[in-house]
Amino acid sequence: MKRIVGYGDRLAVAPGDRIDFRINCEAGDRTYCAGIVRLICGDDHTKHPGFRAEPVATAIDGDHPGRRQAIHAGSFVEAPPSPAFAPPAGWSLQAIIWPTLPGGGAQTVMGCWSEAGAGYALVIDAAGCLALRLGDGAGGVEEIATAAPLLAREWYRVFASWDAATGAVRLVQQPLRRYARGEDAARRGVVASVRPRPAATTPFMLAAHDGGLDGARRIPRSAYNGKIDRPRLVGRAIDEAEAERLVEAPLAVDGLLAAWDFSREIPSERIVDLSPHRRDGRTVNLPARAMTGYNWTGEVHDWKSAPDQYGAIHFHEDDLYDAGWDVDFSLTVPDGLRSGVYCARVAVPGDEDLIPFFVRPKRGTTTASLAFLASTATYMAYANNHTAFDSALREMGRGELIKLHKDDLFLNEHREYGLATYDTHRDGSGVCYGSRLRPVLNMRPRTYQWSFNADTHITDWLEATGTACDVITDDDLHREGLALLAPYRAIMTGAHPEYLSTLMWDAIAAYLQQGGRLMYMGGNGFYWRAAFRGDDTTAIEVRRGETGTRAWTAEPGEHYHSFTGERGGLWLCLGRAPQRLVGVGFVSQGFDAATFYRRQPGSFDPRAAWIFDGVGADEQIGDFGLVYGGAAGSEIDRHSRRLGSPPHSLVLATSGPHSNTFFPAIETETDLIPGQGAPENLAIRADMVFFETPNGGAVWSTGSIAWSGSLSHASYANNVSRITGNVARRFVDPTPL
Amino acid sequence: MTAIDPPDLALAREFKERPYGIHSPALQTLLNAMRRGPHRGRWALYCSKPAEEWTLVQLSGERGKPVTFHPETTFRTFEEAEWHVFKLRWKAMTGRNLELG
Repeated sequence: MKRIVGYGDRLAVAPGDRIDFRINCEAGDRTYCAGIVRLICGDDHTKHPGFRAEPVATAIDGDHPGRRQAIHAGSFVEAPPSPAFAPPAGWSLQAIIWPTLPGGGAQTVMGCWSEAGAGYALVIDAAGCLALRLGDGAGGVEEIATAAPLLAREWYRVFASWDAATGAVRLVQQPLRRYARGEDAARRGVVASVRPRPAATTPFMLAAHDGGLDGARRIPRSAYNGKIDRPRLVGRAIDEAEAERLVEAPLAVDGLLAAWDFSREIPSERIVDLSPHRRDGRTVNLPARAMTGYNWTGEVHDWKSAPDQYGAIHFHEDDLYDAGWDVDFSLTVPDGLRSGVYCARVAVPGDEDLIPFFVRPKRGTTTASLAFLASTATYMAYANNHTAFDSALREMGRGELIKLHKDDLFLNEHREYGLATYDTHRDGSGVCYGSRLRPVLNMRPRTYQWSFNADTHITDWLEATGTACDVITDDDLHREGLALLAPYRAIMTGAHPEYLSTLMWDAIAAYLQQGGRLMYMGGNGFYWRAAFRGDDTTAIEVRRGETGTRAWTAEPGEHYHSFTGERGGLWLCLGRAPQRLVGVGFVSQGFDAATFYRRQPGSFDPRAAWIFDGVGADEQIGDFGLVYGGAAGSEIDRHSRRLGSPPHSLVLATSGPHSNTFFPAIETETDLIPGQGAPENLAIRADMVFFETPNGGAVWSTGSIAWSGSLSHASYANNVSRITGNVARRFVDPTPL
Repeated sequence: MTAIDPPDLALAREFKERPYGIHSPALQTLLNAMRRGPHRGRWALYCSKPAEEWTLVQLSGERGKPVTFHPETTFRTFEEAEWHVFKLRWKAMTGRNLELG
């Protein structure tokens, strides 16, 4: 059972920086032991190399008091409490909604309601019908429902008003699309017996109601799943004509208290109130923005071109951005701490958590000619991945039994820890944001999940072979660009550098053009565009578009990033096929068996023959390894001149045939033709490629995620290690190639 | 699910010999049929002792609901586990125990 779990607020640090760690003793342990370790190899599935870490003495060593810290998931909008939310004449509430789980539990759409039973709220009741809830805070609660179930994924104008003088309530559930046989339109007019009295401390909320505070954090209750567009609040009971006017011309309605316009400031957490009162609010837990609204016509797909058609936010009960835990201890990274991958280890009897962070050399300095670029963007895209539990197709796709660890079980049973961009929400919509301000249980050593732990096969090899190497991260690269890479003679990627922001891509391209050298140690790299908010890398955004081998597809019109306004999707579809940057690009994947490479004529070319020093002409390269038993496998990339592999690039080695689970990546096919799978389709292969770049630069690509799992075979005395070492040594040698 | 009619023991022998790797088309079709089954109750593995032992579990098929453990059924290798589950699924599909003789 998982007894202790935590996170740090920073992932990429230098000596002198501070990381604040927040710890939850889930089982109630009153003390835990903390320390720092340098992580060399995180994979404990085999005895060799096995888990290896070295303790590092720091000021945080020793016992610390333990406590439980809870996470409150569910996205919502909050406008600060105000007496204006209890207008003396009464009020009217209206919004346009697109509910995705009506009937999936009671959900609050909007209102000023607290758990004490005080206030008013428009809700969807347990039967999936619109209802108005009124509470006087003294035990009097009344609910007036339409008794007409809402349809999922249809737009409705929902309205409720209460007149303080008469107690008259008007409730309207108006579908915006009329079917020939529809039973989901409803109106009610009653006199309420309860007088709603919101508490003075209750904020006005959308997509949840107030469950009180846990420290500084608002606890959302009855979280709503679906879109809300054009929410309005008026300080009196208005008639039907005014209600219809309220949708597009709220300022023309007397007594307007707030008209929140979600189409403004889409990249931010701010919610703008168009009314003169400026009751601006904020989003919590990153509900999805840049979502098509009730009036999206389908002609414009870029929200920046017609923001008025993107006035919706899609809320989810399982959204989480910032767990918001209190700090338990802080580490100031010691001066002189060697650049590398570290973990804060916190332990109680029977359990531990190892929370990774990456230490670069002191800013402005380097301590090696080679740098390992840790794929922190990719780790974040996969953060808290639930597909092992949630995907009914996973076993069939992977060709192997689903494998679970203690952390997976915890994530399944604690959905409040949030999802990954590989998951779908409970309502079926794709998860487009990942966060690291929460425990990320699969970015850990001692776990099977992708992809942090796989990269420790590389850090292990660097250590075992005595290869001097600094550690830098995607976080640093996104913020600093070319300046981060330029001092290094060569850069080594991880096994799976799948996600890049535009700034990251541009920096690597510029580095190569000016003479940098890149060892692309993986497969399926440089695949998806990712976006951050400026320099803030705590949240990542992915929009999975109309093609790509993908876990979900964004809805029409929602393929543009909210964070940056850029079009999302595959780099291939953005005019930047990976082949243009690194000579190879994603072609296929399979998770039951890997295989070896055979040398190709390009490997004997004098330009590249040195890569194979010590390797025989007919040797099978990598018919061994920790990742499915071979060096060519998991996700693999192929050379393609057509897609942009440089004309002078050399194919050094190629794998195949692969096993039956390997099919062509979706984006590589345009028609449905039999016989496209392995083993019969030999176009499914990993290509190892080499080419020079201007000014003395070069790229060497393995085209396979499985490559790094083969490095340690036979105590590192094998041809995969040999080849990698040949390239690493030659690439840091400044002599022109 | 597709019943195997009549059961082809050659496919079972092929799978036992090599559960991971290139399969004959007929074996791959059989495996796909087995793996296409309902998500609720799906057989899966839990890492009970890293590098030493995996335990048989069943998924609940529902978000938030825990797995069901079968602590009496453990494996040292993935190949052992795959064979065990293959036999369970063979029995479920054909009504007969798989006897390779």
